[in-house]
Amino acid sequence: MKCRGDLRKYVVVGRELPNPKVPVPKMYKMTLYAPDYVTAKSRFWYFTRQLNKVKKTRGEIVQCDRVFEHGNQVKNYGIWLRYNSRSGTHNMYKEYRDLTSCGAVTQCYREMGGRHRARANAIHVIRIEEVAAEKTRRPPIKQFHNSKLAFPLARRVNRKLHTPRFTTARP
Amino acid sequence: MVFERYVEVGRVALVSCGPYKGKVCAIIDVIDQNRALVEGPSTKQGEEGVPRQAIRFKLLQLLPYKIKIAHTTRSKALKSAWDKESISTKWTTSIVCQKLDARKRRQLLTDFDRFKLMKTKQRRQRLIRLCMGPKPKDKANK
Repeated sequence: MKCRGDLRKYVVVGRELPNPKVPVPKMYKMTLYAPDYVTAKSRFWYFTRQLNKVKKTRGEIVQCDRVFEHGNQVKNYGIWLRYNSRSGTHNMYKEYRDLTSCGAVTQCYREMGGRHRARANAIHVIRIEEVAAEKTRRPPIKQFHNSKLAFPLARRVNRKLHTPRFTTARP
Repeated sequence: MVFERYVEVGRVALVSCGPYKGKVCAIIDVIDQNRALVEGPSTKQGEEGVPRQAIRFKLLQLLPYKIKIAHTTRSKALKSAWDKESISTKWTTSIVCQKLDARKRRQLLTDFDRFKLMKTKQRRQRLIRLCMGPKPKDKANK
């Protein structure tokens, strides 16, 4: 998978195709985060194949719907994930502050890429949960749980120093 | 160096980049180190405000105004707090806003407008010179 742009939340339901041995197969539902519905279906089969004895060739997707989220309030998200590093596979718990779970998961993928060089295809998001402020565990998240929070924007660098670099008008 | 303008719930800020450039909004909540949840009612008639959204601090310029709101207030409560402090009036009469408007107007001038401007300036200068009278010769530079 490539974490392209902002990830979207999809609910995918699939099952094995009905056959003489199993006339009414079990349905498997997954909520996952993917850049588009095509990748969502692909990831569905990737995970379902690992957990159940069914493949895309022998199955069908019953439902693949996008779940829209409204972001009006800032929430704390706890993400449990598992990722493959160069020498092994590890579990992690990370926390993010964002307006939507999609935003939090996108943040997570970007951070994993930055801090651990983990590519999107090596990351499995196991679980994501909205966490109450008292139950958060990470100091960078807890520092924003202050109703009287106030900080200045110090060291405002002029990023437009060289646009334009040469000009006929005096600054 | 003492800081005077702080990022806090209720701080009024100017959006300096993006689709809401030049519009004024209030910080409703701080998301994290880089982003704030902001919302701004419209300050001018016929102009839309800033809808509730996350904006990076890099795109905000803090202003010396502050309104009293709880974090993540709803739009109505925000608007009444905004009107109570008359932020719209304070902003539109501030020098910064007037300079930004003047800059925008100057950008939209057509060639004919610039001609008219030149002629008006000329007329103004002539009147000023008439009022001031002839320049007295400097005694030092004879």
